[in-house]
Amino acid sequence: MRLPEPRGPITEALQSLRGVDVGLAVDQVTGAVDSHTSPLLDCDDAQLALWLLYELHYQGFDDVDPRAEWSPQVIAVRGHLERRFEAELRELTRVEVEKRLNIEEPIAERLFAMMSDDDSPRLAQYVQREITTTQLRELLVHRSVYHLKEADPHTWAVPRLRGRAKVALMEIQFDEYGAGRAGDMHSTLFAQTMTRCGLDSTYGAYVDVVPGYTLAASNAMSLFGLHRRLRGAAAGHLAAFEATSALPNRRYAAGVRRLGYGDEAARYFDEHVEADAVHEQVAVREMCGALVSDEPECEPDVLFGAATCLAIDGLAAGRLLDSWRGGRSALLRPMVELASG
Amino acid sequence: MTWRRRSPRSVTVTVCPDGPLLVRGADEVVDEAGVAHEVRRPCVALCRCGRSSLAPWCDGTHKVVTEEAAKRNW
Ligand code: FES
Ligand SMILES: [Fe+2]
Ligand SMILES: [Fe+2]
Repeated sequence: MRLPEPRGPITEALQSLRGVDVGLAVDQVTGAVDSHTSPLLDCDDAQLALWLLYELHYQGFDDVDPRAEWSPQVIAVRGHLERRFEAELRELTRVEVEKRLNIEEPIAERLFAMMSDDDSPRLAQYVQREITTTQLRELLVHRSVYHLKEADPHTWAVPRLRGRAKVALMEIQFDEYGAGRAGDMHSTLFAQTMTRCGLDSTYGAYVDVVPGYTLAASNAMSLFGLHRRLRGAAAGHLAAFEATSALPNRRYAAGVRRLGYGDEAARYFDEHVEADAVHEQVAVREMCGALVSDEPECEPDVLFGAATCLAIDGLAAGRLLDSWRGGRSALLRPMVELASG
Repeated sequence: MTWRRRSPRSVTVTVCPDGPLLVRGADEVVDEAGVAHEVRRPCVALCRCGRSSLAPWCDGTHKVVTEEAAKRNW
């Protein structure tokens, strides 16, 4: 994968990562961030900047020196973006978190209640009943940002947890990584779905056309996973992710079959109906339950992580549906243009 | 080189309130019709509500208490 194309002053300033030495003009990047006054959550440029800085910790870029991962300038720039991004996420979820805090009820029940009260737009229903072939392919392009590295962001949390919470997280992650079978890795299953639907499953192939709100979903997971301080949020995020998966995936699988793509293409979604019905119980009851009882100071962040997952996914669902119902592409460049190169 | 069979693993069952049973350590689950289902993950969830489309596995349907809730959530 190569460094994505710049989409504004922040990612423009990050192009110097391509240089031979790992240097980066910190002031130039932070200046570009500071002069952006509207929320970073909704900024294509800022989210791409965060995404590419995080990506140095995952698969990296062919045209960036791998030592950039730990360059003090890179970490400084990332920290500058993260401080504002985290503050925005806290503000976005503040009411929801406060509502569920200090209630005499097990954390598991509060998390499940948060999920069932969530009234995000019904994307899964649309996928099942109405989505067109082009829109489905766009959805897969959006989802590829996370699903091609599925489970990786939460794996950062493993050494940051202890005891029963760590055991529960490892049990989920082992299953995400195919339970000992490389062909069953969820990221591999997703790549197969992309191929079956006529898409390029190469890691990072479509990042240039993915809007900021989808990159933000990936960035929130990386933020939570890469900071020990935020381990509660990593756990809460995973719990919410798993617990809002089984039922929607059943609808996604139905949509994929309705469009005639068949069992191989639907397999990723079929697997998630069964797997996430297990993962949600393990994540919510066992991982978050153990974490909150062993480290009560993590409780607010467990709720924060879960609420963040729901809020960002809800935002993305709304944007996707608005685009498609309005007859527009949900990508920065429509699929037809991508196909014709 | 020799291989030994380990002593049988213990099977644990955990009840999830208003949800499935979590079963760990089993190699297969035999349903009411006597059909054996292979366990292919470290932990499996067995449906207790009788409404799963993937029986004997749970598929999350237990959360859909009413049509109304279904409409609200998805
Ligand atoms: S217990 Fe989950 S679907 Fe029946
Ligand atoms: Fe998965
Ligand atoms: Fe999962």
